[in-house]
Amino acid sequence: MDSRAIVRIALLAAVIAVLGLLPSIALPIAGGVPITAQTLGVMLAGIVLGPRHGALAVLLFLAVVALGAPLLAGGRGGLGVFFGPSVGFLIGFVPAAYVTGAVMARVRRLPVFAAALIAAIGGGIVVEYLFGICGLMLMTKMDLLHAVMASAVFIPGDLLKALATAFVAEASHRTYPAAIASRA
Amino acid sequence: MIGGYATRRTWLHRVPAGTKLIALMACSLALLSVTDLRILVVVLALIGAVYLQFGREGWLRLRALRPLVLLLAIVGAFQAYATGWAGGIALIVRLLAMILLADLVTMTTTMSALMDAMAPVLRAVCPRSVNHRKISLAVALVLRFVPVLLAQWQARQEAWQARTNRRVPPRLIAAFVAETLQLADHVAEALDARGFDASPTPRN
Repeated sequence: MDSRAIVRIALLAAVIAVLGLLPSIALPIAGGVPITAQTLGVMLAGIVLGPRHGALAVLLFLAVVALGAPLLAGGRGGLGVFFGPSVGFLIGFVPAAYVTGAVMARVRRLPVFAAALIAAIGGGIVVEYLFGICGLMLMTKMDLLHAVMASAVFIPGDLLKALATAFVAEASHRTYPAAIASRA
Repeated sequence: MIGGYATRRTWLHRVPAGTKLIALMACSLALLSVTDLRILVVVLALIGAVYLQFGREGWLRLRALRPLVLLLAIVGAFQAYATGWAGGIALIVRLLAMILLADLVTMTTTMSALMDAMAPVLRAVCPRSVNHRKISLAVALVLRFVPVLLAQWQARQEAWQARTNRRVPPRLIAAFVAETLQLADHVAEALDARGFDASPTPRN
Protein backbone atom coordinates (compact mmCIF):
# COMPACT_ATOMS: atom_id res chain seq x y z
CA MET A 1 0.00 0.00 0.00
CA ASP A 2 1.56 3.30 -1.03
CA SER A 3 1.34 6.53 0.93
CA ARG A 4 -1.36 7.91 -1.40
CA ALA A 5 -3.66 5.05 -0.37
CA ILE A 6 -2.85 5.48 3.34
CA VAL A 7 -3.51 9.22 3.26
CA ARG A 8 -6.76 8.80 1.31
CA ILE A 9 -7.94 6.18 3.83
CA ALA A 10 -7.01 8.43 6.76
CA LEU A 11 -8.68 11.51 5.29
CA LEU A 12 -11.87 9.62 4.46
CA ALA A 13 -11.89 8.38 8.07
CA ALA A 14 -11.59 12.03 9.11
CA VAL A 15 -14.46 12.94 6.76
CA ILE A 16 -16.67 10.28 8.42
CA ALA A 17 -15.84 11.87 11.77
CA VAL A 18 -16.49 15.43 10.57
CA LEU A 19 -19.82 14.48 8.98
CA GLY A 20 -20.86 12.89 12.28
CA LEU A 21 -19.90 15.97 14.30
CA LEU A 22 -21.89 18.40 12.17
CA PRO A 23 -25.16 19.39 13.77
CA SER A 24 -27.23 18.46 10.75
CA ILE A 25 -27.60 18.74 7.03
CA ALA A 26 -30.97 19.51 5.48
CA LEU A 27 -32.08 17.37 2.58
CA PRO A 28 -34.25 19.27 0.10
CA ILE A 29 -36.06 16.07 -0.91
CA ALA A 30 -37.13 15.45 2.69
CA GLY A 31 -38.64 18.89 3.09
CA GLY A 32 -35.59 19.97 5.06
CA VAL A 33 -35.71 17.29 7.76
CA PRO A 34 -32.34 17.54 9.55
CA ILE A 35 -30.33 14.33 9.86
CA THR A 36 -26.81 13.56 11.06
CA ALA A 37 -24.53 12.46 8.31
CA GLN A 38 -22.21 9.84 9.79
CA THR A 39 -23.63 6.91 7.78
CA LEU A 40 -23.44 9.14 4.73
CA GLY A 41 -19.70 9.26 5.33
CA VAL A 42 -19.55 5.46 5.63
CA MET A 43 -21.37 4.94 2.31
CA LEU A 44 -19.17 7.59 0.67
CA ALA A 45 -16.00 5.86 1.89
CA GLY A 46 -17.01 2.67 0.04
CA ILE A 47 -18.00 4.51 -3.12
CA VAL A 48 -14.98 6.80 -3.25
CA LEU A 49 -12.23 4.41 -2.12
CA GLY A 50 -13.59 1.07 -3.34
CA PRO A 51 -14.38 -1.99 -1.21
CA ARG A 52 -11.04 -2.76 0.49
CA HIS A 53 -9.80 0.74 1.15
CA GLY A 54 -13.30 1.95 2.00
CA ALA A 55 -13.69 -0.75 4.65
CA LEU A 56 -10.21 0.09 5.98
CA ALA A 57 -11.17 3.78 6.27
CA VAL A 58 -14.21 2.81 8.37
CA LEU A 59 -12.12 0.39 10.44
CA LEU A 60 -9.59 3.16 11.06
CA PHE A 61 -12.40 5.53 12.09
CA LEU A 62 -13.75 2.93 14.55
CA ALA A 63 -10.23 2.28 15.87
CA VAL A 64 -9.69 5.97 16.58
CA VAL A 65 -13.09 6.08 18.31
CA ALA A 66 -12.12 3.01 20.37
CA LEU A 67 -8.86 4.71 21.34
CA GLY A 68 -10.96 7.40 23.00
CA ALA A 69 -11.50 10.17 20.43
CA PRO A 70 -15.08 11.51 20.79
CA LEU A 71 -15.86 11.39 17.07
CA LEU A 72 -19.09 9.43 16.98
CA ALA A 73 -22.27 11.37 16.15
CA GLY A 74 -23.28 13.10 19.39
CA GLY A 75 -19.66 13.37 20.50
CA ARG A 76 -19.29 9.90 22.02
CA GLY A 77 -16.09 7.90 21.95
CA GLY A 78 -14.02 5.37 23.89
CA LEU A 79 -14.50 1.67 24.39
CA GLY A 80 -17.94 2.22 25.95
CA VAL A 81 -19.61 2.76 22.59
CA PHE A 82 -18.83 -0.85 21.66
CA PHE A 83 -20.90 -2.11 24.58
CA GLY A 84 -24.11 -0.22 23.89
CA PRO A 85 -27.22 -1.72 22.26
CA SER A 86 -26.35 -0.20 18.89
CA VAL A 87 -22.93 -1.87 18.65
CA GLY A 88 -24.09 -3.96 15.67
CA PHE A 89 -24.77 -0.84 13.65
CA LEU A 90 -21.28 0.40 14.53
CA ILE A 91 -19.45 -2.83 13.62
CA GLY A 92 -21.72 -3.10 10.57
CA PHE A 93 -20.19 0.11 9.17
CA VAL A 94 -17.18 -1.94 8.03
CA PRO A 95 -18.98 -4.58 5.90
CA ALA A 96 -21.44 -1.87 4.83
CA ALA A 97 -18.62 0.21 3.33
CA TYR A 98 -17.11 -2.92 1.76
CA VAL A 99 -20.36 -3.98 0.08
CA THR A 100 -21.10 -0.39 -1.01
CA GLY A 101 -17.69 -0.27 -2.70
CA ALA A 102 -18.06 -3.73 -4.24
CA VAL A 103 -21.49 -2.93 -5.72
CA MET A 104 -20.21 0.43 -6.99
CA ALA A 105 -17.37 -1.33 -8.84
CA ARG A 106 -19.82 -3.89 -10.28
CA VAL A 107 -22.29 -1.45 -11.82
CA ARG A 108 -19.68 0.53 -13.70
CA ARG A 109 -21.89 0.88 -16.77
CA LEU A 110 -24.63 2.83 -14.96
CA PRO A 111 -24.36 6.60 -14.50
CA VAL A 112 -22.64 7.61 -11.24
CA PHE A 113 -25.84 8.74 -9.53
CA ALA A 114 -27.77 5.49 -10.15
CA ALA A 115 -24.76 3.29 -9.39
CA ALA A 116 -24.05 5.11 -6.13
CA LEU A 117 -27.71 4.94 -5.08
CA ILE A 118 -27.87 1.16 -5.63
CA ALA A 119 -24.51 0.68 -3.89
CA ALA A 120 -25.49 2.86 -0.90
CA ILE A 121 -28.79 1.03 -0.42
CA GLY A 122 -27.15 -2.39 -0.73
CA GLY A 123 -24.29 -1.64 1.64
CA GLY A 124 -25.53 1.19 3.81
CA ILE A 125 -28.98 -0.23 4.44
CA VAL A 126 -29.23 -3.98 3.70
CA VAL A 127 -25.84 -4.99 5.13
CA GLU A 128 -25.84 -2.28 7.83
CA TYR A 129 -29.23 -3.34 9.22
CA LEU A 130 -28.34 -7.04 9.03
CA PHE A 131 -25.46 -6.43 11.43
CA GLY A 132 -27.35 -3.83 13.46
CA ILE A 133 -30.33 -6.10 14.08
CA CYS A 134 -28.09 -9.05 15.02
CA GLY A 135 -26.20 -6.78 17.45
CA LEU A 136 -29.44 -5.54 18.99
CA MET A 137 -30.65 -9.13 19.49
CA LEU A 138 -27.33 -10.14 21.05
CA MET A 139 -27.03 -7.17 23.41
CA THR A 140 -30.67 -6.94 24.51
CA LYS A 141 -31.88 -10.50 23.98
CA MET A 142 -34.79 -9.11 21.95
CA ASP A 143 -36.41 -11.53 19.53
CA LEU A 144 -36.06 -10.98 15.79
CA LEU A 145 -39.47 -9.36 15.32
CA HIS A 146 -38.94 -6.76 18.05
CA ALA A 147 -35.39 -6.01 16.93
CA VAL A 148 -36.60 -5.46 13.37
CA MET A 149 -39.41 -3.21 14.61
CA ALA A 150 -37.08 -1.15 16.78
CA SER A 151 -34.65 -0.67 13.89
CA ALA A 152 -37.20 -0.07 11.13
CA VAL A 153 -37.90 3.42 12.52
CA PHE A 154 -34.54 4.57 11.16
CA ILE A 155 -34.87 3.11 7.65
CA PRO A 156 -36.64 6.14 6.06
CA GLY A 157 -33.84 8.41 7.32
CA ASP A 158 -31.20 6.08 5.96
CA LEU A 159 -32.95 5.89 2.58
CA LEU A 160 -32.67 9.67 2.42
CA LYS A 161 -28.98 9.40 3.31
CA ALA A 162 -28.48 6.90 0.49
CA LEU A 163 -30.08 9.41 -1.85
CA ALA A 164 -27.84 12.18 -0.47
CA THR A 165 -24.81 9.89 -0.91
CA ALA A 166 -25.71 9.45 -4.59
CA PHE A 167 -26.00 13.24 -5.00
CA VAL A 168 -22.65 13.80 -3.31
CA ALA A 169 -20.94 11.01 -5.28
CA GLU A 170 -22.14 12.40 -8.58
CA ALA A 171 -21.26 16.00 -7.74
CA SER A 172 -17.77 15.14 -6.43
CA HIS A 173 -17.16 13.04 -9.53
CA ARG A 174 -17.93 16.11 -11.62
CA THR A 175 -15.73 18.41 -9.51
CA TYR A 176 -12.74 16.06 -9.25
CA PRO A 177 -12.91 13.18 -11.74
CA ALA A 178 -10.24 11.20 -9.84
CA ALA A 179 -12.51 11.19 -6.77
CA ILE A 180 -14.19 7.82 -7.32
CA ALA A 181 -11.73 4.93 -7.37
CA SER A 182 -13.71 2.66 -9.70
CA ARG A 183 -14.26 5.46 -12.26
CA ALA A 184 -10.83 7.06 -12.31
CA MET B 1 -9.11 17.82 20.70
CA ILE B 2 -10.62 16.50 23.89
CA GLY B 3 -9.74 12.85 24.36
CA GLY B 4 -11.26 10.25 26.62
CA TYR B 5 -8.25 10.18 28.95
CA ALA B 6 -8.75 11.44 32.50
CA THR B 7 -5.70 13.24 33.81
CA ARG B 8 -6.32 12.76 37.54
CA ARG B 9 -4.25 9.69 38.46
CA THR B 10 -5.99 6.75 40.13
CA TRP B 11 -4.94 3.18 40.95
CA LEU B 12 -6.55 2.10 37.65
CA HIS B 13 -4.04 4.21 35.70
CA ARG B 14 -1.24 1.97 36.99
CA VAL B 15 -2.80 -1.30 35.77
CA PRO B 16 -1.24 -2.37 32.41
CA ALA B 17 -3.45 -1.69 29.36
CA GLY B 18 -3.49 -5.35 28.26
CA THR B 19 -4.72 -6.50 31.68
CA LYS B 20 -7.50 -3.91 31.63
CA LEU B 21 -8.62 -4.94 28.14
CA ILE B 22 -8.70 -8.64 29.05
CA ALA B 23 -10.56 -7.86 32.29
CA LEU B 24 -13.04 -5.72 30.33
CA MET B 25 -13.75 -8.56 27.88
CA ALA B 26 -14.14 -11.10 30.70
CA CYS B 27 -16.44 -8.84 32.76
CA SER B 28 -18.58 -7.96 29.74
CA LEU B 29 -19.04 -11.59 28.74
CA ALA B 30 -19.92 -12.46 32.33
CA LEU B 31 -22.40 -9.56 32.55
CA LEU B 32 -24.15 -10.68 29.36
CA SER B 33 -25.16 -13.92 31.06
CA VAL B 34 -26.34 -12.35 34.35
CA THR B 35 -30.11 -11.88 34.49
CA ASP B 36 -30.54 -11.41 38.26
CA LEU B 37 -31.40 -7.75 38.79
CA ARG B 38 -29.91 -7.69 42.33
CA ILE B 39 -26.44 -8.77 41.13
CA LEU B 40 -26.58 -6.27 38.27
CA VAL B 41 -27.46 -3.40 40.60
CA VAL B 42 -24.57 -4.30 42.92
CA VAL B 43 -22.16 -4.39 39.96
CA LEU B 44 -23.40 -1.02 38.71
CA ALA B 45 -23.03 0.46 42.20
CA LEU B 46 -19.44 -0.83 42.42
CA ILE B 47 -18.59 0.73 39.06
CA GLY B 48 -20.27 3.96 40.17
CA ALA B 49 -18.07 3.96 43.27
CA VAL B 50 -14.97 3.85 41.07
CA TYR B 51 -16.29 6.86 39.12
CA LEU B 52 -16.59 8.75 42.43
CA GLN B 53 -12.80 8.47 42.82
CA PHE B 54 -12.40 10.68 39.74
CA GLY B 55 -14.24 13.53 41.45
CA ARG B 56 -15.63 16.20 39.15
CA GLU B 57 -14.16 14.57 36.06
CA GLY B 58 -16.04 11.35 36.80
CA TRP B 59 -19.27 13.28 37.14
CA LEU B 60 -18.67 15.00 33.79
CA ARG B 61 -18.14 11.57 32.19
CA LEU B 62 -21.46 10.36 33.55
CA ARG B 63 -23.18 13.46 32.18
CA ALA B 64 -21.63 12.79 28.76
CA LEU B 65 -23.84 9.69 28.57
CA ARG B 66 -26.98 11.80 28.22
CA PRO B 67 -27.40 11.13 24.46
CA LEU B 68 -27.77 7.45 25.41
CA VAL B 69 -30.74 7.98 27.72
CA LEU B 70 -33.39 7.91 25.00
CA LEU B 71 -31.89 4.86 23.30
CA LEU B 72 -31.69 2.96 26.61
CA ALA B 73 -35.27 3.94 27.45
CA ILE B 74 -36.56 2.62 24.10
CA VAL B 75 -34.64 -0.64 24.36
CA GLY B 76 -35.74 -1.05 27.99
CA ALA B 77 -39.35 -0.38 27.10
CA PHE B 78 -39.27 -3.03 24.37
CA GLN B 79 -37.77 -5.53 26.78
CA ALA B 80 -40.27 -4.63 29.51
CA TYR B 81 -43.10 -5.16 27.02
CA ALA B 82 -41.70 -8.57 26.06
CA THR B 83 -40.62 -9.98 29.45
CA GLY B 84 -42.02 -7.73 32.18
CA TRP B 85 -40.68 -4.77 34.16
CA ALA B 86 -37.85 -6.58 35.91
CA GLY B 87 -36.44 -7.69 32.56
CA GLY B 88 -36.54 -4.17 31.17
CA ILE B 89 -34.78 -2.66 34.17
CA ALA B 90 -32.21 -5.47 34.29
CA LEU B 91 -31.41 -4.81 30.63
CA ILE B 92 -30.86 -1.08 31.18
CA VAL B 93 -28.71 -1.69 34.28
CA ARG B 94 -26.63 -4.32 32.46
CA LEU B 95 -26.00 -2.10 29.43
CA LEU B 96 -25.11 0.88 31.65
CA ALA B 97 -22.68 -1.27 33.65
CA MET B 98 -20.96 -2.53 30.47
CA ILE B 99 -20.72 0.95 28.94
CA LEU B 100 -19.37 2.55 32.14
CA LEU B 101 -16.87 -0.26 32.62
CA ALA B 102 -15.50 0.14 29.09
CA ASP B 103 -15.33 3.92 29.51
CA LEU B 104 -13.25 3.37 32.67
CA VAL B 105 -10.58 1.69 30.53
CA THR B 106 -10.65 4.62 28.12
CA MET B 107 -10.37 7.13 30.98
CA THR B 108 -7.36 5.45 32.56
CA THR B 109 -5.31 4.36 29.55
CA THR B 110 -3.42 6.58 27.12
CA MET B 111 -3.96 6.14 23.37
CA SER B 112 -0.42 4.96 22.77
CA ALA B 113 -0.68 2.36 25.57
CA LEU B 114 -3.90 1.03 24.02
CA MET B 115 -2.27 0.87 20.58
CA ASP B 116 0.73 -0.98 21.98
CA ALA B 117 -1.57 -3.41 23.79
CA MET B 118 -3.48 -4.10 20.57
CA ALA B 119 -0.36 -4.61 18.40
CA PRO B 120 0.17 -8.32 19.27
CA VAL B 121 -3.54 -8.99 18.62
CA LEU B 122 -3.28 -7.32 15.20
CA ARG B 123 -0.18 -9.33 14.36
CA ALA B 124 -1.97 -12.56 15.32
CA VAL B 125 -5.08 -11.77 13.26
CA CYS B 126 -3.32 -10.69 10.06
CA PRO B 127 0.42 -11.28 10.41
CA ARG B 128 1.39 -10.46 6.83
CA SER B 129 -0.29 -7.21 5.92
CA VAL B 130 -0.28 -5.32 9.22
CA ASN B 131 2.46 -2.79 9.56
CA HIS B 132 2.71 -0.91 12.82
CA ARG B 133 4.26 2.19 11.25
CA LYS B 134 1.49 2.56 8.67
CA ILE B 135 -1.20 2.20 11.31
CA SER B 136 0.46 4.78 13.55
CA LEU B 137 0.72 7.20 10.62
CA ALA B 138 -2.94 6.64 9.69
CA VAL B 139 -4.16 7.21 13.27
CA ALA B 140 -2.02 10.34 13.59
CA LEU B 141 -3.36 11.65 10.27
CA VAL B 142 -6.98 11.16 11.37
CA LEU B 143 -6.41 12.96 14.68
CA ARG B 144 -4.57 15.79 12.92
CA PHE B 145 -7.04 16.22 10.09
CA VAL B 146 -10.36 16.11 11.96
CA PRO B 147 -9.89 19.66 13.34
CA VAL B 148 -8.48 20.86 9.98
CA LEU B 149 -11.43 19.49 8.00
CA LEU B 150 -13.90 20.69 10.62
CA ALA B 151 -12.51 24.24 10.30
CA GLN B 152 -12.67 24.00 6.50
CA TRP B 153 -16.25 22.81 6.66
CA GLN B 154 -17.24 25.60 9.03
CA ALA B 155 -15.71 28.22 6.74
CA ARG B 156 -17.70 26.76 3.85
CA GLN B 157 -20.88 26.71 5.90
CA GLU B 158 -20.41 30.33 7.02
CA ALA B 159 -19.86 31.41 3.43
CA TRP B 160 -23.08 29.66 2.46
CA GLN B 161 -25.06 31.14 5.32
CA ALA B 162 -23.75 34.64 4.65
CA ARG B 163 -25.35 34.43 1.21
CA THR B 164 -28.60 32.66 2.00
CA ASN B 165 -30.48 31.81 5.15
CA ARG B 166 -31.40 28.34 3.96
CA ARG B 167 -29.85 25.22 5.49
CA VAL B 168 -26.74 23.62 4.10
CA PRO B 169 -27.44 21.43 1.02
CA PRO B 170 -25.71 18.12 0.08
CA ARG B 171 -24.03 19.98 -2.80
CA LEU B 172 -21.76 21.58 -0.24
CA ILE B 173 -20.68 18.16 1.06
CA ALA B 174 -19.78 17.14 -2.49
CA ALA B 175 -17.43 20.09 -2.89
CA PHE B 176 -16.02 19.34 0.57
CA VAL B 177 -15.36 15.66 -0.28
CA ALA B 178 -13.79 16.48 -3.64
CA GLU B 179 -11.54 19.08 -2.03
CA THR B 180 -10.56 16.67 0.77
CA LEU B 181 -9.52 14.02 -1.77
CA GLN B 182 -7.40 16.59 -3.60
CA LEU B 183 -5.89 17.53 -0.23
CA ALA B 184 -5.18 13.83 0.44
CA ASP B 185 -3.28 13.50 -2.81
CA HIS B 186 -1.23 16.61 -1.99
CA VAL B 187 -0.44 15.32 1.52
CA ALA B 188 0.67 11.99 0.05
CA GLU B 189 3.00 13.78 -2.36
CA ALA B 190 4.37 15.83 0.53
CA LEU B 191 4.98 12.68 2.60
CA ASP B 192 6.78 10.98 -0.29
CA ALA B 193 8.84 14.09 -0.96
CA ARG B 194 9.97 14.09 2.67
CA GLY B 195 11.05 10.48 2.44
CA PHE B 196 8.30 8.72 4.37
CA ASP B 197 8.80 5.03 3.69
CA ALA B 198 5.66 2.89 3.98
CA SER B 199 7.48 -0.43 3.49
CA PRO B 200 7.48 -2.83 6.48
CA THR B 201 11.20 -2.52 7.31
CA PRO B 202 12.94 0.85 7.32
CA ARG B 203 15.58 1.05 4.61
CA ASN B 204 18.49 2.47 6.61
